[in-house]
Amino acid sequence: MKSVILKSAASFLFIPLLVLSLLVLWRGHNLPGGGFIGGLLAASSFVLMTLAEGVNATRIKLRAEPVSLIGTGLLIAIFAALLPLFAGDTFFTGLWLPSFELPVLGKIHLGTPLIFDIGVYVTVIGFAMAVVFQLEELE
Amino acid sequence: MDWAWISLIVIFIGAAVAPKLVHAFPKLGSGLLCLIPWFGFAGFLSLIPEISEGGVPTASFDWVPSLGVSLSFRVDGLSLMMALLILGIGGFIVPYAKGYLDGHPQLNRFMGYLLFFMGSMLGVVIADNLILLFIFWEMTSISSYLLIGFKHESDESRRNALQALLVTGIGGLALLAGLILIGLESGNWTLTEVLADSKKGLGGLPSFELIAVLLFLGAFTKSAQFPFHFWLPNAMAAPTPVSAYLHSATMVKAGVYLLARFSPPMAGEPLWHDTLTWIGAITMLVGAGLGLLQKDLKKILAYTTLSVLGILTFFIGLGSKKMMLAAILFLIGHALYKATLFMVAGSIDHSTGTRNVNQLRGLRKIMPWSAGAGLLAAFSMAGLPPFFGFLGKEYSYKGLLDIGSGMIIFLIIAMIANIVLMGLAFTAGLHPFWGNKSEASYPKEHAHEVSIWMLAGPIVLSVCGFLFGLLPHLIQEPIIGPAVASLIGKPYDHLELSLWHGFNLPLLLSGITISAGIFLYVIRKPIWSTIFSKEINWFGPEKIYFLVMDGILSLAKAVTLLLQGGKLRNYMFLTVGSIIGFVAIELFLTQEFMGSLTFENVSVHEASLVLVMAIAAVVSVVSKTRITTIIALGVVGFGVALLFAFFSAPDLAITQVLVETLVVVLFMFVIYRLPPFRNISPNAVKVVDALFCLGVGAVVTSLVLSAQEIQMQPSISDSFAQSSYMEAHGKNVVNVILVDFRALDTFGEITVIGIAALGVIALIQRIYTKKEEVEQ
Repeated sequence: MKSVILKSAASFLFIPLLVLSLLVLWRGHNLPGGGFIGGLLAASSFVLMTLAEGVNATRIKLRAEPVSLIGTGLLIAIFAALLPLFAGDTFFTGLWLPSFELPVLGKIHLGTPLIFDIGVYVTVIGFAMAVVFQLEELE
Repeated sequence: MDWAWISLIVIFIGAAVAPKLVHAFPKLGSGLLCLIPWFGFAGFLSLIPEISEGGVPTASFDWVPSLGVSLSFRVDGLSLMMALLILGIGGFIVPYAKGYLDGHPQLNRFMGYLLFFMGSMLGVVIADNLILLFIFWEMTSISSYLLIGFKHESDESRRNALQALLVTGIGGLALLAGLILIGLESGNWTLTEVLADSKKGLGGLPSFELIAVLLFLGAFTKSAQFPFHFWLPNAMAAPTPVSAYLHSATMVKAGVYLLARFSPPMAGEPLWHDTLTWIGAITMLVGAGLGLLQKDLKKILAYTTLSVLGILTFFIGLGSKKMMLAAILFLIGHALYKATLFMVAGSIDHSTGTRNVNQLRGLRKIMPWSAGAGLLAAFSMAGLPPFFGFLGKEYSYKGLLDIGSGMIIFLIIAMIANIVLMGLAFTAGLHPFWGNKSEASYPKEHAHEVSIWMLAGPIVLSVCGFLFGLLPHLIQEPIIGPAVASLIGKPYDHLELSLWHGFNLPLLLSGITISAGIFLYVIRKPIWSTIFSKEINWFGPEKIYFLVMDGILSLAKAVTLLLQGGKLRNYMFLTVGSIIGFVAIELFLTQEFMGSLTFENVSVHEASLVLVMAIAAVVSVVSKTRITTIIALGVVGFGVALLFAFFSAPDLAITQVLVETLVVVLFMFVIYRLPPFRNISPNAVKVVDALFCLGVGAVVTSLVLSAQEIQMQPSISDSFAQSSYMEAHGKNVVNVILVDFRALDTFGEITVIGIAALGVIALIQRIYTKKEEVEQ
């Protein structure tokens, strides 16, 4: 039943879409993008895989239960929020490392908002895949 | 002073480790836990020299300084006496519980609750900060709930635990309000300050009446004063060690402690004295009257506790120096004999399998030690010389006589209560053990004396009740004197306790009390067989409690049915309708709902896009197949994304595109599983729906248009745009808002996403379980 075209397209697109989603996540702070959009992109990559190869193959690729991903994402986000408390700041204060230059990537500036965004990214993937897997497996 | 808070911490640590400890080492663990109260007891004993010289040791640690909340503790005479009772009696209750629940699978949990309760109660009596006092107060409510409901398989046990929690919880809220009012109006957030101000007193505060009423509510619910007395006998559903502890040294004494604590600053206020005196008097009569009709050992004791709590409130209400002394004597005496009698009642239950006094007789041969302890405690409760109970009764008669002839009614009430207490003391402490064994008919055949774990408490405490009566000097200087001093706000001069005062009026009254009490004991059986004891719950404030509870439940049911009846259409109507309704009213009132519409700047491609979206929206509603509807909705969605892009909001546009894509995919997963599209609504309903939707659309449109026009505050977009890079190091304002400025909102949103996913899973799994049920 599964279309060969869909299968080969999906296997072609799977990795590039994921990389793209990470890129979008990374650049979100300065250019359009961010954890939410990145998460949706990554999710669509997995959804494509689900359509082409079915739930079981995608589950293996995802390497984690979607619900655990939701929990992990929320934990990462709350970790980013709690980190400033240890530095004597208030809840959710953005903490930043000094910026530095890297070849190719350019100026790198890391801070807790990025960690928070990663939490959002993971939660969104977990949410989308939890729903998609449930619906796909519906009999 | 460090001893006080260190023992508090040790108790709470004990409570935390108890479940694991007792589970891993049942014998050794319980043994270790038994030592904890004694550790604290020794600590508080070491404070005696300082306190009996009039010192008030304190300790304080900051907690929430901005709100005036600190972990501050203070131990004066009253606190010391209460702490010694809590820890001393607790030190026997813990081993008793170990014996009583030996082999119970949840003994470990019980030990944890018990220590938690002990710590909370100790916290109440040594807290200095008003808010801290409230926190410990509430902790006693919660831990007593866990203890009363310990037999959680029993419906009755759960119901009574909930009742105790609700009644004392409501009182706790009142107390919180009262304490906050005191703090706000006097500026004093610690007892030390409130008491230091007691020359002025609390009577001068603007809302003094309200404060008094709130404190009454807190104390009366906790100490089971009329009309809140009903929860206490019901709390007998708890295992006996809990009852023994709750009634003797803790929980119900917390209310009395509160009243005693606020006596100095309230002194002289008629509202305070009159209320306490009358409520106390009513409670002691109600308790005594209902107690006479009981046949369950624990219920008998529970009603006598009620009566004694009434007496204590009554004494504190009368408030003279001598009445305060009598209150302290009564309180100590009661703690000693009541703990003993409850533990003995528990031992009888444990050994014979019943608590019905009609079935118990002649147990002294089988349970000699319990019989001895019960005898001593009953004599103390009866107020016979030379027991400690006699002192309390004697000094209360003296105090009442001193107050004057106008108070003769109170003297009579107090005598009635004492007579009943005496009769019931014999019923509870003597009746089961004495008499002819052939009258007994208990369920268990092999009744036996209980183990040393369960005997230690009754024996030591009842002997204390005898010893302290015979030699009151043992505790007069170190404990009673300082305690009375904290109640009257100054040292008690010439305190000289003695049993014998010569032949005088109080002695005569004692004599009358004793004879009448013995008479009451003799006629106990005819009383039990009267009609009243069968119809005991024909009326009472408990009826009101149940009425209110049922009312709340039916109201909740009605509201749930109205708001969550299970029809999606109704949900939409209610939620969307109420939001839109309120917005419409507000827009109509402000009269600015029509922003100025200009079409000059609208370009051709924007206009045509909107037209396409409008057509698609109409198509989605009127189409006859699902797939058309989905595609039409997709057109609307992607149109919105395009609009975002036109107005330079790339983040929103990308998000919208992705979400639309995923939604279409999700639809594809389910569409061929759905039943065929059917037209089930009659046309009238459709018209209503259409009008409703058009109305919603109209209101939202006007809202957006007027939002364009009205600028109440300077827009925050500019300040966000400015500080975005400077403060948050990001050039993409949208993202900076999401992950930094409004990160908490985002966190809330992703939490909602997570919960929504769980909801989807739950819904779909339900389908499977239903299918399985059908197949079976």
